[in-house]
Amino acid sequence: MTQSAGEIWFIIAALGVGTFLIRFSFLGLIGNRSLPPWVLRHLRYTPVAVLPALIAPLVLWPAATGGQPDLPRILAAAVTLALGMLSKNVILSIAGGAATLYLGIYLAG
Amino acid sequence: MASSGTRSAYWLGLRHGAPFVLVIVPFALLFGVVGTEAGLNLAEVMGFTVLVIAGASQFAALQLMTENAPTVIVLATALAVNLRMAMYSASLVPHLGAAPLWKRALIAYLLVDQSYAVGHAYFEKHPEMPLSARMAYYFGVVSPVFPLWYAFTLVGGLVGQSIPPEFALDFALPITFLALIAPALRTVAHVAAAGVSVALGLALAGLPYNSGLLIAALGAMITGAQVELWMERRVK
Repeated sequence: MTQSAGEIWFIIAALGVGTFLIRFSFLGLIGNRSLPPWVLRHLRYTPVAVLPALIAPLVLWPAATGGQPDLPRILAAAVTLALGMLSKNVILSIAGGAATLYLGIYLAG
Repeated sequence: MASSGTRSAYWLGLRHGAPFVLVIVPFALLFGVVGTEAGLNLAEVMGFTVLVIAGASQFAALQLMTENAPTVIVLATALAVNLRMAMYSASLVPHLGAAPLWKRALIAYLLVDQSYAVGHAYFEKHPEMPLSARMAYYFGVVSPVFPLWYAFTLVGGLVGQSIPPEFALDFALPITFLALIAPALRTVAHVAAAGVSVALGLALAGLPYNSGLLIAALGAMITGAQVELWMERRVK
């Protein structure tokens, strides 16, 4: 991280204000008007649209291994995803992924 | 009479919000740890947690900051993760929109996935509830969640400074995101959106300033919405 303290606080403040305005949008500013269906249809997919694109390069090309694909990390990601889809339990999935990662790193020595 | 009804609504909300403690505590700890590992000081970590209070977007911002992405990209991406909250805000208006402005501002500040999901479901089921009881219920739901979110981020931040690199905490963030996203892959449209997001995210990873991420997200959103339309038409 090379940002100055000023830049970091600018990001924190702008993200805080922006997120509040999103949350306050209808409750405080727009009121009882419904969003057009096509907008709702797109908003529904924002988390699954943004986060996978952010994670995928981190899984395949981790900075910790200098960008080389790393089997323990790929397996850990696969286990986390599978556990999450089957159990819908966030904590169980994180624990399973972490256990796989540590076991993999230990075995790969 | 009204006040005892309000009080019992508060306690009911508190009970309904209590299970989220199990999710919030580890998530908060993790943000504290990962944030300090990434190079933020304790005040900055707490600044995120108190001013933004939206875990997934905080982690997204943190990741892009460690990649030294430009501020505009950091903000656009993290805010995109939070856009869904506009939908939450809109669907709470029929239930809480008549509250005084400062209370609506407080409700908005405390609007997260958990408080929306529990609150909205309960208000829909109990339309006879008076406004004062609805607000009490909502504040009950968030009561166990927020103090623990702040407190355990602080604990994580304090602990994070003493965790050695052998623990491979670089991977805590991808694992957390995967665990958050996996349960959301519940329809064909969600899976299609995530698939396009991964494919474009990898293909465009080389673009300057992490700009590929936003293009991938936009493409994935459109994909999700289109697939949803197709599925609806097939059912009809």
